[in-house]
Amino acid sequence: MSLAAKVMAGDRLALARLLTQIENEELVGLDCLSDLYPHTGRAHLVGVTGAPGTGKSTLVNRLVLHMRSVADGKEAEPATVAVVAVDPSSPFSGGAILGDRIRMRDLAGDPGVFIRSMASRGALGGLARATAGMVQALDAVGFDIILIETVGAGQAEVDIARTAHTTVVVSAPSMGDEIQAIKAGILEIADILVVNKADIPGADNTLRFLRATLQMARPMRYGRGDHIRDQMEADGVMWEPSVLATVATQGDGIESLSQEIARHRAHLRASGEWAVREGERIRSEMELLLREHLTAQFMTRQPDGRFEEALERVIARKLSPRQAIASLLEGEG
Amino acid sequence: MTGRKLRVLIAKPGLDGHDRGAKIVARALRDAGMEVIYTGLRQTPEMIAEAALQEDVDVVGLSILSGAHMTLLPRVLELLRQQGQHDVQVMVGGIIPDEDVPRLKEMGVTAIFGPGTNTQIIVQAFIEAVGTSLARG
Ligand SMILES: Nc1nc2c(ncn2[C@@H]2O[C@H](COP(=O)(O)OP(=O)(O)OP(=O)(O)O)[C@@H](O)[C@H]2O)c(=O)[nH]1
Ligand SMILES: [Mg+2]
Repeated sequence: MSLAAKVMAGDRLALARLLTQIENEELVGLDCLSDLYPHTGRAHLVGVTGAPGTGKSTLVNRLVLHMRSVADGKEAEPATVAVVAVDPSSPFSGGAILGDRIRMRDLAGDPGVFIRSMASRGALGGLARATAGMVQALDAVGFDIILIETVGAGQAEVDIARTAHTTVVVSAPSMGDEIQAIKAGILEIADILVVNKADIPGADNTLRFLRATLQMARPMRYGRGDHIRDQMEADGVMWEPSVLATVATQGDGIESLSQEIARHRAHLRASGEWAVREGERIRSEMELLLREHLTAQFMTRQPDGRFEEALERVIARKLSPRQAIASLLEGEG
Repeated sequence: MTGRKLRVLIAKPGLDGHDRGAKIVARALRDAGMEVIYTGLRQTPEMIAEAALQEDVDVVGLSILSGAHMTLLPRVLELLRQQGQHDVQVMVGGIIPDEDVPRLKEMGVTAIFGPGTNTQIIVQAFIEAVGTSLARG
């Protein structure tokens, strides 16, 4: 049996191996992913991001437990759920400690759940691509919901947010998160905001602060008058991010969060935004691949050392980068 | 094999609540460039085997201080084999009486480290164990 056939037949070891191959960008894995591609596009991809230690993994644990205990929309069976948990690699050794599973022990033994940890491996854009590939594989084998946990700190999170249909931004009281969230522009990518650790004093302040910030951002976000916005909201055309309070350690607020995630999915479907986002995502994936491919092709066609020569001249300020590339392309003729 | 990194699982089966040693080893392995999935305390053999499968690790490192190694380890090894994970190496750290060592190795444990073993020796053993299993294909 081919790897793709094994994976589609529900062989979990084969799936795990495939995920490794995709993560390492091994050709066999990428080819297999191409075979699986027709089966993708069904899962609801949910990003869970936020500052370190805000309780994302604890929240994911509770959320999945809840999703596994209730019927999935009109289906009688609960949704099956995969989790991809990303932690940063050490910039010094390239190694990583991936500790998100510590908080997800309640999910052990459930055949409807699959958890995979991954290290960011410090590559710009690469994380998003490897993650997207792994998520596609999990989508193809039929997981209904895929939760992607990432630490909210930089560009990687924005990339992951583009991969996901729904982005949940988690913060916690009295950590200065509110400031950080805005600095990272993370409010703009949030479809749902969660203030976790609502049992800690100061949670009310954080809730108020986030609601006020969202309120302020509203007219700017859409650049329309209030009445038009209200109408669009009522028509389901526009999504207004909500702010929810949770206590992940005790399971408080989890049901509301789960419902809000489902409501966002319904909104994306009803408004046509699901298809729009999908189209944009696939377009940028194809453009990126094309860019990489053309660059690699160009490089192999260059006589040895020609690019390095041009590079030296740019470093010496004898040429500008634009001039250098123009002359390299000219030589191509 | 570009981008290939050693992936290891560090877990603490059994009921004792001391994970200091496991954490020190996890950090040493990370500092040697490995990706360490750390699952923490009180892991059942079933949880360990399931995590090893989902994470597709090369090595499973178990820290056992409780004295229950002769019940826990055979079960972990059996589950790994049942799942078809024949290449995965199992390393054990903790208090294991000398007389149990040969039997554990016979069952398939690759190496056993007593308390206070230099972490560099442990790191080296992890690297070598994976080297031989990769060579076998
Ligand atoms: N008081 C309180 N503590 C919580 C709550 N949720 C999580 N915690 C604690 O916060 C700590 C961090 O939780 P994690 O779930 O690991 O947080 P995380 O955001 O996944 O952390 P990283 O993945 O390291 O960024 C743990 O000690 C949790 O027990 C909560 O609702 N209330
Ligand atoms: Mg986490």
